[in-house]
Amino acid sequence: MESATTSVVTELRKTALNGVHRRMGAKMVNFGGWDMPVEYPATGGLVAEHKAVRNGVGVFDVSHMGDIRIRTDNAVGGALAAVQHLSMNDASKLTIGQAHYSAMLYPNGTFVDDVVVHRLGEDDFLLVINAGTREKDINWVRENTRDFDCVVDELSDSYTQMAIQGPRAVDVLQKLTDTNLAPIKNYWFTHGTVCGLPNTLIARTGYTGEDGFEIYVPSNVATSERVWDAVMEAGREFGILSCGLGARNTLRLEAKMALYGHEISDTINVFEAGLERYAKFDKPEFIGREALLAAKDAGITRTLVGLEMVERGIGRDGFACCADAGPVVGVITSGSPSPTLGKNIALAYVPPAMSAVGTEIFVEIRGQRVKAKVVPTPFYKRVRKAAAPVA
Amino acid sequence: MAYPTQYKYTKEHEWVDVKGDTATIGITDYAQQELGDVVFAELPKVGAAITAGKSFGTVESVKAVSEIFAPASGEVLEANPELQATPEKINTDPHGAAWLIKVKLSNPAELAGLMDAAGYEAFIAEKAKEAAH
Repeated sequence: MESATTSVVTELRKTALNGVHRRMGAKMVNFGGWDMPVEYPATGGLVAEHKAVRNGVGVFDVSHMGDIRIRTDNAVGGALAAVQHLSMNDASKLTIGQAHYSAMLYPNGTFVDDVVVHRLGEDDFLLVINAGTREKDINWVRENTRDFDCVVDELSDSYTQMAIQGPRAVDVLQKLTDTNLAPIKNYWFTHGTVCGLPNTLIARTGYTGEDGFEIYVPSNVATSERVWDAVMEAGREFGILSCGLGARNTLRLEAKMALYGHEISDTINVFEAGLERYAKFDKPEFIGREALLAAKDAGITRTLVGLEMVERGIGRDGFACCADAGPVVGVITSGSPSPTLGKNIALAYVPPAMSAVGTEIFVEIRGQRVKAKVVPTPFYKRVRKAAAPVA
Repeated sequence: MAYPTQYKYTKEHEWVDVKGDTATIGITDYAQQELGDVVFAELPKVGAAITAGKSFGTVESVKAVSEIFAPASGEVLEANPELQATPEKINTDPHGAAWLIKVKLSNPAELAGLMDAAGYEAFIAEKAKEAAH
């Protein structure tokens, strides 16, 4: 057997919770230069963690994610204008306390990164970015906001970010804060006292396709470990599990949430990725807008679809897709067994003519062509609890 | 989990149990722990030839694919039929019920370089030390 884990040569970056993960016996991997837990075998491992999030609650250390704050002190509107220029979604539509999914694009309409934009104040925004693209993103933001009246701060190392995810996440976090969490809607946030830490950012966001929260606490080791332990203790009655990047990946894949370097990258445009609903062309300007409008007119040559393996086999990242005996026509961007569905699923780029649900596609697995079919996505959608009607 | 003393072990984490000119081959407890939840095993057909040092199959977990390398050359006599329906047995009984294949050895001398149980345990202890850094 040969392990796929890459050997460690350079010094890896560590989150404040690294010691906790190691003490819990987590299996650690190099993820974009970070020493991160992939799973915790002592408490059941990846599949148990995945199911805990779908059925109960799990907690993830996501402190490797980056945070960029863009704000204005002087003029009104400088930070908003900068965010509007950088990000394809329309930040003017955000209320203070609201967040949305967006992306920063290159002028050619491909992805610098996908981001969650939080409106902290009238002219004060927090962009949460990916770990592997942190340096690139901060440089991009600094370069492209020079002409705007705003201040850019990188706060990535200031926060320990924990994601508490699953249908019982609200019950767990509610035990640790006086802030009433019930009225916080999906993709909204507030500030409150968590574990005695005042003014803690509490966002109803996540990357699992499940209800949940992400909290941002000071990144010193003692505080981070204290909050982690408090979350684990509060979650005990709900069977909380600490969860690694393995479950994070299978959860987001089932929910068809994009991963940078897989479904989105600097060679894939917004229309190909099927994310055009987050690009607001009624905004007069944002980086990438002109190229995207041209791309829309030109049409796309590949589109992201969901696949389910019909025959025995698992289509993995990078595997080729073909029409039966024909040439290679596409590629899998993410593929894995789905713990929730008990099937082998994948996301893949294929020609639009092969994207209809039910189309047979063959995945090349170690020299064999194995049958798959196009299925509707997301593969998994949570059933939302009947709630008060949304205005 | 104990490593049976009658088995021989490879650096790629396979075990071999030799009886006469027949060898049973599986992956070690260390290997299954490294893989995590096993969901799939692809094994050669009966009658297929395997070659020392070459891949003869794969075991897949949710997150990883691992090739299995032949510790010695020979002809496949049997591939464990249980593993198609219940590959997760590789996690629970890797040294026993979840053997992968039985092989008629063509050159048993190829096994001479393999480790015994004590040697293998020292080998994986060293790997664990590396990983702990």
